[in-house]
Amino acid sequence: MIQDKKLKIGWFSFSCCEDNTVVFTELMNDHWQEWKKLFDFRHVRVLKSNNVLDDLDIAFIEGAIASDEHAARLKEIRVKSKKLVAIGACAVVGMPAAQRNYFNEKQKQEIEFLVARFQALPKVLKVSDVVKTDAEVGGCPMDPAKFLEMVNKLVAEFKK
Amino acid sequence: MWPRSSINERTMHNTDFDLKLDRLTKVEGSASLDIRVKNGQVEYAHFQITEYKRFFTQAMQRKPIIALPQLLSRICGTCSNAHIMASIEACEHALDIKPSEQTKILRDLTMYGLNIRDHALHLYLFALPDVRGKDAFLDFDENDPVEHQMLHDAFEIKAAGNFFSELIAGRSVHAPYPVIGGFMHFPDQKGITEAIKKFEAVRPAVLRTIEIYKNQPFHFDRKTNFMALVPYDHYGFIEGCINTGLGECITEEGYRDHLERVVLPYSQASGYKYRGGAYMVGALARMNLAKNLLHARTKDASGGALDIFPSTDIYMSNLAQAIEILHCLDHSLEILKTRKFNPEPIIKKPFREAVGIGVVEAPRGTLYHKVVVGADGMVKEGEIIVPTGQNQINIENDVAALVEKMLPDTSQEKMQFEIEKLIRAYDPCMSCAAHFLKVKWLEP
Repeated sequence: MIQDKKLKIGWFSFSCCEDNTVVFTELMNDHWQEWKKLFDFRHVRVLKSNNVLDDLDIAFIEGAIASDEHAARLKEIRVKSKKLVAIGACAVVGMPAAQRNYFNEKQKQEIEFLVARFQALPKVLKVSDVVKTDAEVGGCPMDPAKFLEMVNKLVAEFKK
Repeated sequence: MWPRSSINERTMHNTDFDLKLDRLTKVEGSASLDIRVKNGQVEYAHFQITEYKRFFTQAMQRKPIIALPQLLSRICGTCSNAHIMASIEACEHALDIKPSEQTKILRDLTMYGLNIRDHALHLYLFALPDVRGKDAFLDFDENDPVEHQMLHDAFEIKAAGNFFSELIAGRSVHAPYPVIGGFMHFPDQKGITEAIKKFEAVRPAVLRTIEIYKNQPFHFDRKTNFMALVPYDHYGFIEGCINTGLGECITEEGYRDHLERVVLPYSQASGYKYRGGAYMVGALARMNLAKNLLHARTKDASGGALDIFPSTDIYMSNLAQAIEILHCLDHSLEILKTRKFNPEPIIKKPFREAVGIGVVEAPRGTLYHKVVVGADGMVKEGEIIVPTGQNQINIENDVAALVEKMLPDTSQEKMQFEIEKLIRAYDPCMSCAAHFLKVKWLEP
């Protein structure tokens, strides 16, 4: 029951081109006044410096998981979030961030030293390979209308 | 005023220390910074682009050339439409396709929509909180007349750019209309009329943006070299030769001989030098090298702001971006009011074995695409050089100079704030430009 309290929101980007973040900031053109009243942006790097990862109502995850550090971070976000939503193709299906998973042997050899140098995972993972998701909005980038539909649905659930 | 209240205020009396601005322990992001100071001198400043590689130069191999621009668009969401333009140009050069005049104009307009939207995002959501001493743009006070105006101006300018990108290119991000050989869709009169209305309505807001950054309180001067693709006729982002800032203008095809790649082992990206020296690309470079080509209406309205250029003050990159927004509006308005757009067929040519180079000015600077294609129309290999890679060494040199300037009596918190602010002025990219740094002080 969160009638009047603002919903605590987090937006996290892993391995991707951050196209959904751009769409998100474009949606703000029409919704910023409404969202300012509705949301407490606790951890949204594109919007603020002082980000806090504490208990969140909704965590939006864009991007695929490319390292153990990514996976650990995602698990931490999962534990601290009531709802976790995968946003965009890289988070939902892994691609195109996971394109190296499908390289041939020659291509794999070419990138091997870099994968090792930066301790990347042998295969790039989609979000649901690592944690349970409560909802998903696919697309490359996400469809703004579908994102709004999902956000409104979640807000209605929290306000029950 | 300083946003990092969690960091204890300390004063730097010791002039030997390691400074680690690390994204790993606090927020995900794509950059961090390591600095070592000995005897009051910066031994090194390493700006690390830590976004995990997605290996697009390998992934493009064996892809059909017609699919290439949309694939490479996924390198960067923020600049995706610039990647599409650079890739299309490279592919057309490889296939010997010469675009129609209308296509060239629609491509100019695509870049204008991108720059309006993207510069406004940087100037308002990223940079303006520093100017106003706030943590976040959304913290601005709607009851304060100045900040109220800024809030509304920001989202109106961004919305106008977004609308225009959708009208011309189909979308602000990964635009679907522009393809090799032309456009898949053409703006209708209703949309054009609406765009004119929106642009005229938002123009006073853009003039206010110029005023804000003309009078911004920050300055950091350090002599460096500037490089940009400078057009032959009007200020733009697609055509021209590469002005090295050293009295040369080299053709797009000759770019590779002039850039020296510097592999930085601590970074996921590559740094670049020209004639052994660092250089800067982006709005400041463009304004320094090509302000005489701006639209006449922009020149008239910019007043004294234009007299500031050429400038070596990195913060004037913000002002250059604001002026570029005005140019994009003014030139678009002239085009929209004076010409009609008619459906045209896509130009197609048989595949051939060839190399194609595409060079454009992305919002953050010169973007190079190279494609090697086989007679079967499949990509053999390619190369991409992005603006942030080119600016990396210059950023490091600037940070080193800034830290030395602040030594020995600046608090850690203030130093962190100033470093972040300086890097932000480069507008490196969405994942870097926002707020990504955490300081670890490792004093010996």
